[in-house]
Amino acid sequence: MGSEKPKADLLPGTLDMLVLKLLMRGHLHGYAIAQLIQQLSDDLLRVEEGSLYPALQRLEMNGWIEGEWGLSANNRRARFYKLTPDGRKHLTEESARYRQVTGAVARIMGFA
Amino acid sequence: MQAGSIWKRFRRRLRYWLNQSERQRLLWEEMEFHIESMAQDLVAQDIPEAEARAAARRKFGNMTQTSEDARVAWTTRWMSDLWHDLRYSFRGMRRDAGFTVFAILIAGLGIGASSTVFSVVNALLLRPLPFRDPVRLVWISNGNESTNTQTEHYSDLRALNGSFSDLAAFADWGVGNRELTGTGDPQRLTSVPVTGNFFAMLGVQPLIGRSFTAEECRGSYSAPPAMLLSYNFWRRQFLSDPGVVGRKLILDNHPVTVAGVLPASFDFGSIFTPGTQMDIFVPWPLTDQAKPRGNTMRIIGRLKPGVTVRAAQAEFTALGKQLDKQHPERNGIIPRLMPLAQHVSGRARPALFVLSCAVGIVMLIVCANLSNLELARLSARQKELAMRRALGAGRFRLVRQMITESVALSCCGAALGLILAVAGTRGLAHLHAFELPLLSTVQIDGSTLVFILLAAVGAGVLFGLLPALQISELSLRAGLEDAGRGSTGGKRHAWIRDALVVSEIAFACTLLVGAGLLMRSFLRVLDVNLGFQPERAAALRIDPSFRISRLAQQNSFIDDVLHRARSVPGITTAGITDVLPLRDDRMWSVSVKGQFYEKDRHPEPYIRVVTDGYFEAAGIPLRAGRVFTERDRASSEPVVVINETMARTISPGQNPVGQTITDYRRQHVLGLVVGVVADVRHASLEAASGPEMYLAMRQTGDYAAMQLVVRTALPPDSLAAGIRTALRPIDPNLPVREFVTFEDLVDRAVSPRRFLMLLLAGFAAFALALASLGIYAVISYSVNQRVQEIGIRIALGASAADLQRRIVLRTLGLAALGLALGMAGSRVLSSALGTLLYGITSGDPVTFIEVGTVLIAVAAIAGYIPAWKASRIDPMVALRSN
Repeated sequence: MGSEKPKADLLPGTLDMLVLKLLMRGHLHGYAIAQLIQQLSDDLLRVEEGSLYPALQRLEMNGWIEGEWGLSANNRRARFYKLTPDGRKHLTEESARYRQVTGAVARIMGFA
Repeated sequence: MQAGSIWKRFRRRLRYWLNQSERQRLLWEEMEFHIESMAQDLVAQDIPEAEARAAARRKFGNMTQTSEDARVAWTTRWMSDLWHDLRYSFRGMRRDAGFTVFAILIAGLGIGASSTVFSVVNALLLRPLPFRDPVRLVWISNGNESTNTQTEHYSDLRALNGSFSDLAAFADWGVGNRELTGTGDPQRLTSVPVTGNFFAMLGVQPLIGRSFTAEECRGSYSAPPAMLLSYNFWRRQFLSDPGVVGRKLILDNHPVTVAGVLPASFDFGSIFTPGTQMDIFVPWPLTDQAKPRGNTMRIIGRLKPGVTVRAAQAEFTALGKQLDKQHPERNGIIPRLMPLAQHVSGRARPALFVLSCAVGIVMLIVCANLSNLELARLSARQKELAMRRALGAGRFRLVRQMITESVALSCCGAALGLILAVAGTRGLAHLHAFELPLLSTVQIDGSTLVFILLAAVGAGVLFGLLPALQISELSLRAGLEDAGRGSTGGKRHAWIRDALVVSEIAFACTLLVGAGLLMRSFLRVLDVNLGFQPERAAALRIDPSFRISRLAQQNSFIDDVLHRARSVPGITTAGITDVLPLRDDRMWSVSVKGQFYEKDRHPEPYIRVVTDGYFEAAGIPLRAGRVFTERDRASSEPVVVINETMARTISPGQNPVGQTITDYRRQHVLGLVVGVVADVRHASLEAASGPEMYLAMRQTGDYAAMQLVVRTALPPDSLAAGIRTALRPIDPNLPVREFVTFEDLVDRAVSPRRFLMLLLAGFAAFALALASLGIYAVISYSVNQRVQEIGIRIALGASAADLQRRIVLRTLGLAALGLALGMAGSRVLSSALGTLLYGITSGDPVTFIEVGTVLIAVAAIAGYIPAWKASRIDPMVALRSN
């Protein structure tokens, strides 16, 4: 929508990228994704469930991930997601873009 | 993104959307699993289970909210937004019922008119003809589009050409000449002789029965052995009884076998002879020596695959020259080819073009008017919109809301328009008196529905766009303050509204000019000197039911009929003719004794066979010599009467009376010229008459029909029964049904012109009403905007007259600008009327001046009303109102 600023996209965009990256490891269900993000970032990043599930629906709708039903470690029905070839391509593009942006921000901030 | 992936996404989205409830359930299950897992992790950290569950749920938050958010991914936001907008629009419509009704009404009228015109255009120009592979069918005429070809030429062309897979033909002469007896009252059938391959060539299969056999096509012309029935005749006369096929019916006192019935889709009349229905088809024996001579054939050919009309034309031009050289004894042949579809709809094309333009302009005026009204509403809604803006509605969102509103309105209008269009096309399809080809096939079909939908959406977007774009200009603060009363506010606004009104006036002006030009043409046509007097003249077809074999028998019949007819009270004079003005025609080549002509340079008068009394009954004035008398009989010297044009042709500057006319091969004498009468407009009111020659009916048997023409002292309609009674003793089987007044003949001839004129006048009146409404609305609005200012002016001593003058002048300024633009546009567009005009040029100054006067007068009235109201503003109230 025209009135939304690009800046506002950044966070959900990042979440999408993180989800895709994690799915490079293999099939994961939503809870595992949330857990992994938290663990891998040393508890620095917490995923709101309220944004995780809309993000998963969006990614699936775009054809980047595919969900299918399976059994979890403790034998419960869970929905596992896997990366599609389209998703892989998108991830590559996104990470390149993200690297550019963070690099640029870092240069301005004098971090580099 | 590539198109492929967009398509894939769209399909996925659609699938998800269709399985909404199932997906919703699964998403819920997925989230429950998430909460469960969280709770179990907490239990593993030694937290009691109940507490762990509660904590997990708390942490997860509002599941409904999350699922709603997630669902957005597949239900897509815009659908639910659309729903909201629509609901909002309908609430708004209810609130503002007056505006809504008005908007639906004018959008409905506009869409109804344009879709009716579209359905006619669709039937005539867009839809293919109801034949097999119709694009390959070609109309082959001789010299000009309406001239026929001799049968001998047809046979040679068919044998010699290489461009066509086949040629077929139907007769243009001898149509409507067969009398059916033995099944109820005797009645006359309209029959068309066709070549044996006619139906096969067009790709028309009989509904039941068969087409003609080769043997049937070798019979005699006057007594055909077989016939095919048209669908309508079969239904009317035989109540769709399939048993009629194979039966013998009595046609002109000869038994004729019914070979088959043609399908309903084959409507010969509506395609080839608009305005006339054909009942039966008979085979045309080309070998019969007794068949009518002369140019009698209308030829249609089917091109071989890959051959163009242009190539075929080149071949036929060469063939025509060759045949002309080989057969100097035949009539001339100059083949002229055009696609059949073009021949069928060609004559209606200019009128349809004009009508399409007219409805297009009407739609534009409707849109301009609605746009204007929406703008006015917008200023009243400024506060509401600013509030929504302040509460976070995006600009795009508001624009979309406005467009949704206008499209919803115009779609409601389209529903009304559909009803009007259904009524309109029904009415049109049943106008039998109207000579427009394919008229009976005019209907609302799929493509018309698509057109209506597109028109509705297009109009909605068009008239919603301007107001919607105005929203972008909306300033938040100004809107939230008590808006719209500022003396300078909305200057741009006013400018756009003025522009809309100017364009409305300009469009209305072009329509008025078009209607005015057609109306003046129509009046000119009615003023034409017909050469006969249609008032109180009427004709009744009286062909005897028995066969006339000798002239003496014929003449005693004629004497008897005329004597009895003239003795009917109220009838002043009576005569008999074979063809009626504005209805039938035929033409011969002749020679004048003692003059030499090159081939194809012979005078070619139209031939009418008449008795004494005809000229008086029809009101054709005598110019020189005498007309026929009872004494011009078989035994006396053959005599002819010619018209003035013929007189000028055969003996320029001299007295033609006393010359002798022979047939063009000078083999027998047609007659001695005894008189000259006025030219009669026989083909149409618009076309000048060619040379005409009258033969004395008592001296010849060469005619196809007998029409008793009477001149009456009373209204002719009241005498029809009296004449029938008077004639019954002569021949009880006389099928005297076809009674027609000469005024009907004239009326029928001008009906297409009158119809077009009335339609255009209707559109113009509608446009004028809308434009004046637009003027009124804009001036009222600007007065309302300036109530304070006007109040101050009045308080400071401005007189009412002064105020009124200022406001009316402003109105006239707008009107003058619109008029100038409209006049310039009309000057360009009116040349498209071209052939539809008669007796005036497309720049007819009288029309332009009249239209200008009318428009200025209407504008002055529309502006005066708000001006008058403004001058009565109470300054105290006006100043206090804020």
